Amino acid sequence: MPIEVVSAGIMTTIQDLGRPGYYHLGIPMGGAMDRFALRAANLLVGNDEGAAGLEAAFLGPELEFTEDAIIAVCGAELPPKIDGEQQPTWTALGVRKGQVLSFDFLRLGARAYIAVSGGIDTPSALGSRSTYPIGSLGGVDGRAVQPGDTLPFGQSGDTAKPGKSVPGALRRLPGSSAELRVLPGLYWHRITEGAQQGFFDDTWMVANEADRMGYRFKGGRQLEFVPREQPYSAGSNPSNITDACYPYGSIQVPNGSEPIVLHRDAVSGGGYFMLGTVVSADMDLIGQLQPNTPTRFVRVEMDAALAARKNRTSMLDRIREATT
Amino acid sequence: MSRFTFGGDEHIFVEVDEAMSLEAFFTSLSMTNAVRAASIDGVTEICPANASFQIKFDPDKIHPHALMDRLKLLEEDAEKAEAKLDTRIIEVPVFYQDPWTHETLMRFRERHQDPDGTDLEYAARINGYETVEAFIDAHSGAPWFVSMVGFVSGLPFLYQMVDRSRQIQVPKYLRPRTDTPKQTVGYGGSFSCIYSVRGAGGYQMFGITPMTIYDPRQEVPYLKDFMVFFRPGDIVKWRSIERAEYDRIIEDMQVGRFEPRMRDFVFSLDDFNADLDGTNARMMEALYAD
Repeated sequence: MPIEVVSAGIMTTIQDLGRPGYYHLGIPMGGAMDRFALRAANLLVGNDEGAAGLEAAFLGPELEFTEDAIIAVCGAELPPKIDGEQQPTWTALGVRKGQVLSFDFLRLGARAYIAVSGGIDTPSALGSRSTYPIGSLGGVDGRAVQPGDTLPFGQSGDTAKPGKSVPGALRRLPGSSAELRVLPGLYWHRITEGAQQGFFDDTWMVANEADRMGYRFKGGRQLEFVPREQPYSAGSNPSNITDACYPYGSIQVPNGSEPIVLHRDAVSGGGYFMLGTVVSADMDLIGQLQPNTPTRFVRVEMDAALAARKNRTSMLDRIREATT
Repeated sequence: MSRFTFGGDEHIFVEVDEAMSLEAFFTSLSMTNAVRAASIDGVTEICPANASFQIKFDPDKIHPHALMDRLKLLEEDAEKAEAKLDTRIIEVPVFYQDPWTHETLMRFRERHQDPDGTDLEYAARINGYETVEAFIDAHSGAPWFVSMVGFVSGLPFLYQMVDRSRQIQVPKYLRPRTDTPKQTVGYGGSFSCIYSVRGAGGYQMFGITPMTIYDPRQEVPYLKDFMVFFRPGDIVKWRSIERAEYDRIIEDMQVGRFEPRMRDFVFSLDDFNADLDGTNARMMEALYAD
């Protein structure tokens, strides 16, 4: 029961909730950058929340269905069209055999998640179908989707019904600017108090280097380091450390100039200091930021990070209720 | 005393020492082993690094502060543990000054400290070796510890098991390259590495190994069980090879005939510190006895 890929957009990859457990070998968790949107899309079409779907960045693909299916598009406001007719996002849609799913231009956000009833059924690697191109794992032969690919999908469950939708209040849409909550830590002490303050005061812009590995930000002030004699093996630049692990969401600032927030396909370690970590509740949002989005980093402590996480879980619970 | 810090609400990061040393690496490795043995509910990833380590956890299962307390208790046990390691010694053939890394380093010369020489000529000169050959002898002469696996898919970082005064130090490229051949043997700071996949990189390029170390398709016989070859704690001995042997090993790799030479070894840090050259000699004996 395959889908024929007519065109692939800019970067369309198969993603599920990833492959945790191999980060100590440099193989990142991967999976949907906006996990909330993938879960919502799967719930709408009656799948397990962790079924594999398509993550389309900035531009939608064109897909021909060779079997009937139910689909849903969540996340970025990338309006789907079935045989040219525009359809709502965050809604279960019936697609008949022979029909073509395409997309209008992106209105908001950066990544749309396309779930198909039964889930994309490509071979899994290390327990996941998520595409990790650097390591040639998952996806279609370890790579992103290309025109000419055929994507099999599984048997759909009984609960899949067109017309179901996620209530407006539960859709998470990025605005024209963003706030990312950050827990200071890791090598926070390496920068001066003035730099610590400046990092949170400044408005940063999402740079063009914004992908599954990480998001770069620019436009804020240069960070000043607390002077020290560099430790043995750390390298001579004050932003260098003895190569260490990088947490997902950690913020490294090579040379003190442009912060990079590591995301789902993070490099697992390296030699740059990190000043803190974006809280888990805001990781999905990063995946929806377009280049040039003005962004503020907001300082929080652990209690606020855990409260934000709880809030996200309860939103997901409400989607679960709304879709059953 | 290690420094414990949170990486957001899902990670705890522990810096054993700011500086690299075999002692710091051993402490990091034994602490991660202790965490694994404790099988704490909610812990999802245990990642040792050179002189630090990182634990990823699910805060819905264990409160970050509760896990932090647990880890601090485990540190006391790890400090008492004998610095001993059941590991393996592996011979890795290296074709130094090969044509592929040479072509690549020439392409990125403007990003290098010494645009008029090669990476090896530069590394030899700043480390006080008169010839590239003498430098290669030093690089391949004493064994190396795999002190971290990561960055990308199965890439090992290696730290040379010699006195600090004899350790090679080379800065990374001024600006990273956008290309590095697969299986390049590189050098940055006081670490060697093997690039497991082709891609960007900032380490100096010394040569290339014909030995596959990452195989996502798992077609290589010795990677059938798992696609990543190296583990933290492995001991590596580089062996300098020429073009003819490189070609022969590549051919053997392609038909599934190549098996790396490796032997089990129990490494004791105390023995090593007491008699560095003697321990290295015993390791070579174990590797080449038969």
